[in-house]
Amino acid sequence: MATITSDNHGLRLAVRYAVLVLIAVIFIFPLVFMLISSLKPDAQLLADTSSLKAFLPVGDISFNNYSAAFKRAPVGLFILNSVIVTGVTVVLSLIVCSSAAFVFVFVNWQGRDLILTIILATLIVPFETIAIPLLLISSKLPWIGLDGLTWGWLNSYHVQIIPFVADGLTIYLFVQYFKDLPGELIEAARVEGASWFAIYRRIVMPLAGPVLATAAILKFLAMYNQYLWPLMVVQEEGYRPVMVGLQYFFQLNVVWGEVMAYLSLITLPVLAFYLYLQKAFIASIASTGVKG
Amino acid sequence: MASKFTRSNGTGWLMAGPAAFLIFCFVILPFIAAIGLSFTNQRLVSPNPTEFTGLANYSQLLGMGMLHLDPVKDDAGNLVLDDAGQPKLPELRSFTRHNKDYPGIDGMRELFSFASGEGRTYVLARDVVFMKAILNTFIFVIVVAPLQGGLALCLALLINQRLRGINVFRAIYFMPVVVSIVVVSLLWRFIYDGQSGLLNNLLGALSFGTLPRIDWLGNASTALGAIIAMSVWQAVGFHMVIWLSGLQTISPTLYEAAAIEGASKWQTFRYITWPGLRNTAVLVLVVITMQAFGLFSQIDVMTKGGPLDSTQTIVFQAIQRGYGKQDISGGSAISVILFVIVLSVSLIQRWLTREKV
Repeated sequence: MATITSDNHGLRLAVRYAVLVLIAVIFIFPLVFMLISSLKPDAQLLADTSSLKAFLPVGDISFNNYSAAFKRAPVGLFILNSVIVTGVTVVLSLIVCSSAAFVFVFVNWQGRDLILTIILATLIVPFETIAIPLLLISSKLPWIGLDGLTWGWLNSYHVQIIPFVADGLTIYLFVQYFKDLPGELIEAARVEGASWFAIYRRIVMPLAGPVLATAAILKFLAMYNQYLWPLMVVQEEGYRPVMVGLQYFFQLNVVWGEVMAYLSLITLPVLAFYLYLQKAFIASIASTGVKG
Repeated sequence: MASKFTRSNGTGWLMAGPAAFLIFCFVILPFIAAIGLSFTNQRLVSPNPTEFTGLANYSQLLGMGMLHLDPVKDDAGNLVLDDAGQPKLPELRSFTRHNKDYPGIDGMRELFSFASGEGRTYVLARDVVFMKAILNTFIFVIVVAPLQGGLALCLALLINQRLRGINVFRAIYFMPVVVSIVVVSLLWRFIYDGQSGLLNNLLGALSFGTLPRIDWLGNASTALGAIIAMSVWQAVGFHMVIWLSGLQTISPTLYEAAAIEGASKWQTFRYITWPGLRNTAVLVLVVITMQAFGLFSQIDVMTKGGPLDSTQTIVFQAIQRGYGKQDISGGSAISVILFVIVLSVSLIQRWLTREKV
């Protein structure tokens, strides 16, 4: 082994950082390209791809592509739709899955083990394998809304929300977390005469911060980035989420600057959110990996 | 907890009921429906009643046959040569189109063929596109699983160092994971473009213009590879984090012991790190495999299965038929086939990676 002198220590450190930076460039350049290109008119955008100018805000820089994007498609509506669908699903999912996990872990009831086993078994069914029959089922389900009883869920918010409220992974995450909570605490509360609902609300949920963050982040990413399902079930503009709204930019003449502006608009909020809560995001992915 | 204080059937069903009901309606029921529908001719909207058709969808999708053809000989027994001077073979179509002597291969097309004896042997398939979709999906899984898992491990080891600012790099490597695959696919269409693509410009600059420009997605021999590279780029950060959480469960005292014993870096990895990552490795492998079999969005945004069906995949076929052509039964049959494949592969993986006593 080489002796460590201050000289080659400094060199090694420099090499390490050089490797880290090079890899960082590979991961970040398409996103920088997206953002920079959204500020350029198409002729310049295409010409700049032949040099490093593609990544620099030089030349004819403006927000014209953004205003053109809003004129071409109802961008605000798409974002609103995505926010509604994602937000409602995340909230409902946290309530439904945490209360299910609560009774799976703390309450002793008939059928508990069987139901939990079946729910966990659904983890091996990829969504892609049930998408087609789910489309058929959704097209025939009844719904009671403002116009009374209607048949078929296609073209609505609820068709994008309800099938995704409960899922095996979220329930699994809550179950794993609740198992580590002190069970004696719950039993003591029971002996004191607290109702189950009070125990859930007053004792368990206040302790569930980390797992709530994990489940919310995973659900948020899955819902906001959803593509296949809304592509099939939403044909009407009024309910389209952002990823499907992208199609508007490929009808008739494609203006790449507008495409990049739209991509930036729908991606930057998520990236900002991620960078702000970076530790929680990474912890949430990591917690799906730790198995007992 | 078996205490009588924790017993309550009413509470159990009340609080688990909504989740159980939703999972039954939107996961289990469609799953059972997929199996049932695959034996019918159900369409999304149809004036005709649905009929039971048995295994017709499966034989249509999976039907295969073989045919050996000998060269044509003239009346004197000599080989007939074609314009290129090669022995002339009878036309394949004359056997597979309405030939009463070969009912088993009626309507099939050539999947591939090879020379055998004096003639050629043809492997035929009833649905050549679907066979290519299965093949492409397997290629994708077999390349992506080790590549993505391996690169993710390298990144995790790199990020696991104690260096100032390492968290910034971790955050950047993870960034593509939070970006929608649809957005990523569109950006990479620009990178792979045949004329002004960033990749061509970069390769051109590095080689001083000697490398030819390649239309990465428009070329049957490069399209699937291009999609593989992009998919790995997008998802590798996800598995880096899972490896990282595995690395952090390994006790630092083991590393200290190895350092005292004078173990080399490789020995430390081979005898301490890798055994400590066993469970993580199985998890990463199983998760990547399951995700890879679902390959759809990249294909839909970038190539639509082309060029020349070189990027057709099982899920893309299922959606194209079940939704595009509104053939619910055909799409369901493909879904069932996919599920059987995913289940078999994950059972094999679990068996291969089982704890050996």
